[in-house]
Amino acid sequence: MNTPSNLKYGKTDEWFDPETGGIGLSDYAQDQLSDIVFIELLVEVGDTVEVGTPIASVESVKASAEIYSPTSGKITEINDALAETPEVLNSDPYGDGWMVKVEAGKLGEVMDAAAYTKYCEERDQ
Amino acid sequence: MSDFVLEGEPKVVEPTIYDLSTPGRTGVTFPEPDVPRSDLPESMLRKNLPLPELAEVDVIRHYMHLSTFNYNVDAGFYPLGSCTMKYNPKINEDTCRLPGFLYTHPLQPIETVQGNLALMYTLQEWLKEIGGFAAVTLQPAAGAQGEFTGVLIMRNYHKSRGDDQRIKMLIPDSAHGTNPASASMMGLQVVQIASDERGNLDLKILKKECDDTVLGLMLTNPNTLGLFDEHVEEAINIVHDCGGLVYGDGANMNALLGIVRPGDLGIDVMHFNLHKTFSVPHGGGGPGSGPVGVVSHLADFLPSPLVDILEEADGEVAPLFGFITPEKSIGRMKAFHGHFGGGLVRAFTYIAMHGPDGLRQIAEYAVLNANYLQARVRDTYTIPFDRICMHEFIAEGRFEGSDIIALDISKRLMDYGFHPPTNYFPLIVHEALMIEPTETENKDTLDRFADALIKIADEAINDPDLLHNAPHNTKFGRMDEVKAARELVLCCWLPEDYENQTT
Repeated sequence: MNTPSNLKYGKTDEWFDPETGGIGLSDYAQDQLSDIVFIELLVEVGDTVEVGTPIASVESVKASAEIYSPTSGKITEINDALAETPEVLNSDPYGDGWMVKVEAGKLGEVMDAAAYTKYCEERDQ
Repeated sequence: MSDFVLEGEPKVVEPTIYDLSTPGRTGVTFPEPDVPRSDLPESMLRKNLPLPELAEVDVIRHYMHLSTFNYNVDAGFYPLGSCTMKYNPKINEDTCRLPGFLYTHPLQPIETVQGNLALMYTLQEWLKEIGGFAAVTLQPAAGAQGEFTGVLIMRNYHKSRGDDQRIKMLIPDSAHGTNPASASMMGLQVVQIASDERGNLDLKILKKECDDTVLGLMLTNPNTLGLFDEHVEEAINIVHDCGGLVYGDGANMNALLGIVRPGDLGIDVMHFNLHKTFSVPHGGGGPGSGPVGVVSHLADFLPSPLVDILEEADGEVAPLFGFITPEKSIGRMKAFHGHFGGGLVRAFTYIAMHGPDGLRQIAEYAVLNANYLQARVRDTYTIPFDRICMHEFIAEGRFEGSDIIALDISKRLMDYGFHPPTNYFPLIVHEALMIEPTETENKDTLDRFADALIKIADEAINDPDLLHNAPHNTKFGRMDEVKAARELVLCCWLPEDYENQTT
């Protein structure tokens, strides 16, 4: 399981990059979901989001899941390319798998990499 | 096992109906018309409509052959969790084809369809009794439409009292997946409530979420872990105390028949799945039937029309059945009166055949069978919430030190002649295998299934490729589910000018 230390992680498995404002799905979550076959972004550039606002809906061969914003803020960029290539959510969750970028306002409850890794390990028991 | 198939490669190539087409062949030849021909305007004719051309016998043989590929509950054991794939008695097929039921039209004057109305009225009464409700509508066409009906009723109830700030629907993480979908369709905000370590609703979290913005709770009990919530009445009271209503997902009613009445527990609205609990065939896409029962303070909101007695019986004269519209009805959920022949007559037959004691036995045997299976596989598979289960239970499809996953086990079960259990649901269990044997299976079948599961666990350790590449004994090998989902091709052909037609 890969959890880069420069990122923050939400309880519902989103990562947030305080530097770029990027939001995506963690490596642990993509592994749990297995092959992701569909993604729909639920927000547009200019939208205002709150902590917990659904920003995307993804489907894998096993399950579907909503991705919630770990922060409040304004959407500045969305990754349109994902719709055509949902598999990069599996292959590169922290790189090309970014979903949206936000001009972050108030951050919700997030964990650092160490705490998130522990949180994932606990759920694997 | 000698003839292994590489992943994704079919053993046999089955021609499509288009492959079998030969220009000029035909099933029906029309005589020359004896009236003048009147051709459609040229501009309205399609240039390109490649329909297959075959004789009737070739069509029949093609589809007859394909039908033998199907696995169904008449062919073998079908332990698909939460779907209640019980055997459907064939007497249902006789009754729903009785001419009086078959050759009637929903727009006939009520005086000419009194038998149909009497059946519907009686079924409403029986479902009221079975569920502990004050009133029942038979209209919803499926379980999920029943849910939607129930949620609409809940919303309108609150609104009618001027209480319109209720926008949240609480849904446990062990609920059926349709529950959040139904609430979302209503535009409600879904709040997930976690389960505790015994598989019950976490009451602390529930209490925290309960306030005057809660429209209600959608409770699946027994839940998708196959467990009866040990604090169900307390959970219901917590929701009632904040002014919310409690919706019951009745899909798992097979475990409760004649033992627990959801209305007695305090559940305000519930749908029944006639196509699960009451032996209406399903699994091929229908026909579903999802009647909804409500407690007395919600009866006025039911969809219209309902069947009722318009004129009481008088001496030798039978009562007159007809339709009524509840005072604050949410309106129609479906044209006409639900799935009459497909659902209602079959369910009526089933309940009439079993009677109250028989229904109770159904629940008892369904629970006994699930517990027997659970006990037989407990030492081989991890049971994440290991306590007495109801009509189904969850096992984990993974083993220490092995890369085998639930999907591999499911596919391998097909080699042993069984339909796989539901897998990867509920989401709160890793590699979930959700097993529901139903009451209609005997001990021999349960033993054969348990033996297969135990053998597969051994194979998982000693010959894992046997599972990775399963199934081997079926017409087709392992399907590439990822490719199928990512590259949707749902047509045999596309018209050449397809792009122009859609833009």
